[in-house]
Amino acid sequence: MEPAMPARGYVMVFLALVGLTAATVGLAYLDLGPWHATVGLTIAGIKALLIALYFMHVRHATGLVRVFAVVGLFWLGILMALTITDYATRAWLL
Amino acid sequence: MPLDHSPLAHHFRDLDQQHEAATLGMWIFLSTELMVFGALFTGYTVYRAAYHAEFAAASALLHIGIAGINTIVLLTSSLTMVLAVHGVRQGRRQLVVRCLIATAVLGTTFLVLKVFEYHGDYRDGLVPGLSFQDQEWLSHDPPLKPGAVKLFLFCYYAMTGLHALHLLIGIGMIAVLTWQTARGRYTPYSFNPVEVGGLYWHFVDVVWLFLLPLLYLVGPRGG
Repeated sequence: MEPAMPARGYVMVFLALVGLTAATVGLAYLDLGPWHATVGLTIAGIKALLIALYFMHVRHATGLVRVFAVVGLFWLGILMALTITDYATRAWLL
Repeated sequence: MPLDHSPLAHHFRDLDQQHEAATLGMWIFLSTELMVFGALFTGYTVYRAAYHAEFAAASALLHIGIAGINTIVLLTSSLTMVLAVHGVRQGRRQLVVRCLIATAVLGTTFLVLKVFEYHGDYRDGLVPGLSFQDQEWLSHDPPLKPGAVKLFLFCYYAMTGLHALHLLIGIGMIAVLTWQTARGRYTPYSFNPVEVGGLYWHFVDVVWLFLLPLLYLVGPRGG
């Protein structure tokens, strides 16, 4: 079974991940007001995407594997959406 | 090299299908894991929205230095893990063993640093029931609710603790994979346990990548 991509590619993804980590921590020392969470989570999302696509081989995977890889996020979305809207729309809950 | 049994199990059409089935199985398991951590993350999100000031104040006292180093440690371990999977596809047994050992060592380093971090948290009065002082937070400017601060800390210990438990189990799994690789169990045609073990390891890494901004970087940190 031939490898999906050369070893050098993995090292480059790794360097990108380290750079994004430095950005995450560095940006925390600036005053971004209400944007800290959004910025931090967006960078984390990009890192997760890089790991999923390249380290977890989703980029070169079959369609069925890709569906299985993202479907968990769909269920997690239901969990978060219904829970958070429940609390957000009932002021007497918290 | 003669094998005492074919790597292809009889109920699969070919090795590719067997490989895909193993991959799908692990992704299903990772989906369930995502729901476990996701439930904790959702609870944390609700309480953070309700008590943002307390959460930001407590978050600023966590040890971002150790957390940052630990993030690099885990990212490096993901690199060594994927290089191990890459190596086993090429039949390079010694390289695979070295990469797996490196992965386990880096994972253990994370846990050791975590112990130091928890000890530091204890010394800083951040362990409810042990070193936490209500008065310290009430005399804050503006005053903060100690109960809400403790809520943040419970979330912090629960989420990082569950993550650390997953990491510990992962290290055990890597140890088994290393031993089996050294015994010549995996070939370029039969290496599914190494690949799906890698998927689990990367998942644990991704969980940490979200824990870092969510727990340690709630608000701006002073220079």
